[in-house]
Formats: sequence, C-alpha cells, structure tokens
Amino acid sequence: MSDIIAYLPLIMKGMLLTVEVALISLLISVLLGMLGAVAKLSNSRIAKGIAGIYTTIIRGIPDLVLMTILFFGGQILVNNIGEKMGWEYIDVSPFIAGVLTIGFVFGAYMTESFRGGILAVAHGEIEAGYAFGMNPVQVFVRITLPAMVRHALPSFGNNWLVLTKTTALISVIGLQDMVYNAGLAGGSTRKPFTFYCVVAFLFLIITGISEIGLRRLNKRYSVGVRKA
Amino acid sequence: MDIRIIIDNLPLYFEGLWTTIILVVSSLGIGLCLAIPIALLATARNKWISFLPKAYIYFFRGTPLLVQMFMIYHGAGQFELVHESFLWTIFKEAYACALIAFALNTAGYTGEILRGTIEQTLFGEIEAAKACGMSVPMVYRRIILPSTFRRALPAYGNEVIFMLHGSALAGVITIVDLFGAAKIVNSRYFVPFESFITAGLFYLCLTFLIVWGFKRAERHFHAYLRPREN
Repeated sequence: MSDIIAYLPLIMKGMLLTVEVALISLLISVLLGMLGAVAKLSNSRIAKGIAGIYTTIIRGIPDLVLMTILFFGGQILVNNIGEKMGWEYIDVSPFIAGVLTIGFVFGAYMTESFRGGILAVAHGEIEAGYAFGMNPVQVFVRITLPAMVRHALPSFGNNWLVLTKTTALISVIGLQDMVYNAGLAGGSTRKPFTFYCVVAFLFLIITGISEIGLRRLNKRYSVGVRKA
Repeated sequence: MDIRIIIDNLPLYFEGLWTTIILVVSSLGIGLCLAIPIALLATARNKWISFLPKAYIYFFRGTPLLVQMFMIYHGAGQFELVHESFLWTIFKEAYACALIAFALNTAGYTGEILRGTIEQTLFGEIEAAKACGMSVPMVYRRIILPSTFRRALPAYGNEVIFMLHGSALAGVITIVDLFGAAKIVNSRYFVPFESFITAGLFYLCLTFLIVWGFKRAERHFHAYLRPREN
C-alpha cells in the first residue's frame, strides 16, 4: 500500500496526460468524422471515393501498426521535407504521433456514426428548411446538425469509450502516460501487477464518469421525444 | 521505397502471419467457450449469480487489452505462488501470456454480445417451447442458444476483427507475429514505411477475408430473413 501511495503522484500525472491525449484526439476525430460523413453523403464521386477508401483502410489495419507507421515513418518524412526546405531537425514526439493516429483512426469510426445520424434525420425537416429559403449550409447548421446529435450519440459514446482505452497504446511508442508510468513504478518496486491493477482501476473510473456524462447528454438531446 | 528488403524478408512475414492466425483463432476458440457460460450466468435472474459474470464483463470491457496483457505478462511473476510452482513454466512464456490475455479479453466482449442477444430472445418462442412441454435445459439447447448464435453473428464478426487488430499487441511482448516481424525488419534495416506498411497490408487482407467469411455465413444462417426472390 505504501508503494502505491509513493508512486501515486507519478501515475496521476500520467493519467492527466492520458485524458489530455484522449480529448485532443476526440476533437480531431470529430472534425474528420464530420468531414467524412459529409463527403460520403455528398453527390461528388471523388469525395465519396476518398472517404470510402479512408474508412476502409483505417478499419482494416490495427491502430498500433498505423501508429508506428506515423511515428517512425513520419519522423523520416518530416525531416526529408525539412532537409529540402532548410529547416532544422524536427522531432516527431510520441504525443503528436499518438494524438494524430488516434484522431485519424477514430475519425473513420466517427464518419460512420455521423453518417448514420444524418441519414436518420427526418427528411421533412430538411425540406422545411429549404422551403424557408435557407441555403444548404444554413440547413446543415441549423437543422441537420442539431437533429442528428440524438441519433449519433449512442455510437459516438461507444467510440469515445474505445478511444480512451486505445490511448494506452501510445505508451508503446514511449509516451509517458499512466500505463508507461505504471510500468516504471512496477519495475522499481517489483510489484508490476499491483500497479497495472491501479491503472486498470483508473481506466474504469474514466469510463464510469464518461458513461454518466453520456447518459446526461442523451437525456438533454432526447427532450421532446415521446417514449412508450 | 526499397521493395527488395521486403521481398527478401517475406518468409519472416509469413511466419508472423501464421503466428497471428494461430494466436487469433485459438484465443477466439477459448474465448467463445468461456463466453457461453459467462453469458448464461449473466442473464440469471438471481442477482447473486449474475453479479460475478457481470463484473467480469465490466472489467474486461472497461480496461485496455494492453494493460490486461501486461498484468499477466509482467505481473504474474510478482506472486511467489506463481514464481515457485510449475505455473512459472507457463507464465514466463510471452506466447502463453498473450494467449491467456487475448482469450480472457475476447471472452468478456463475446459474453456481453451473447448476453444482450439472449435477453432479446422473443418471449413467444420460449412460451411456445414451454407449451410443447420442453424442459428448461431443452429450451436452451433447442430454442434459445441456436437463435442466439444466429442473431449474434454480425456483432461477433466485429469482435473477430477487433481481436485480429488487438493481436498486434503480441508483437509488443517479443512475439514474432505480423507486427513483431515488421518490428524486426524495421530494426534491422531501418525502413519504417516499407516494413510496417507491409504488415498493414497483410492485416488488411485478413480483415477483408473475415468480412467476406461472415457475409457468407450470414447469407447462410440468415437465409430465412432474406426477402423472397421471385
């Protein structure tokens, strides 16, 4: 027990980083997901094709492999470009590689959630928007977007829960998140099991809090829906 | 891009592919065997019976597979009971630890899928079975379980793909699976793009194969749901 208390600050510091990584990658994935969903539902064949290839490839390759491609490969790519442009040596940090990969991967999953949400919006509401003389952008922002949230929320919540767990992978490429720090603590106290248990418990707390938050959001966005 | 290195190392990749396939198939097999009793107990009306399997599902679905694997691989040695007994011959092997972690993990996810599907069994079907005079075990064997497996098929297909992707973690603890092979090639020649993209393509092919397989299986097992062709 005294070991846990001694290393708790280190692990909590890692937890903060984990939450930070998760939130930033969530932001990226929501933006990419919105773009992807709009592209998939658009009339342009090129946009549809690109979005289709994006979601298929991302969902077919493990996130760990994508992360290493971006981390090790991105390093070379950035510096090859840098050499030609005359930049100084740039270090691709595990943080950036991790956040970009997770954002990119979950952008593909979000695309599918948002696409489903948009398709579930009653067509009459959208037509009504046009009848009022709104342009397509206004219809999207004022009608489709607020109305789709309710339909997209359950799978959005699932994606978020999977995303938080995926952040653990970044410790593999050296980010000092809570899994990494638990490894350090476990190594120096020779009690790895204890510390991985602590981390598992902290993950359960994060998911527990998220579930409560998601339930509230769901309630908020389901106002005005009649239930049997 | 240096394709030569990849071609020279293809045998290593195929060795990794084989390890990945064996690892995924055996953990799915063990996981499914564990998941059925877990799901059955989790649907029990008695709270004391359903508590433990539900806690199991909650734990394995709520924590990262990486942490679970580390708990077993790095953590088992912490206990003298394991360290001093025959168990150590199992837990010192990375392969066995990965297999145990994957099997327990997929048992949690599959258990949840089956639990949800069992609970959604149409009551009329069970009523009809009872009206025909079937005993409770017989109702399970003839009505509930067969219909559960059919309805759980699409969700289980997703779980198989997740397991395939999760299996890349085995490469982290020194196992030469597809990801492990890519890691070796990268560290020998320092060709991150070529080595990891090759592994990615192998995974992509495996994913397509699984998706195709489940589509065929669904066509077979969900034949009664298809609209009639005239």
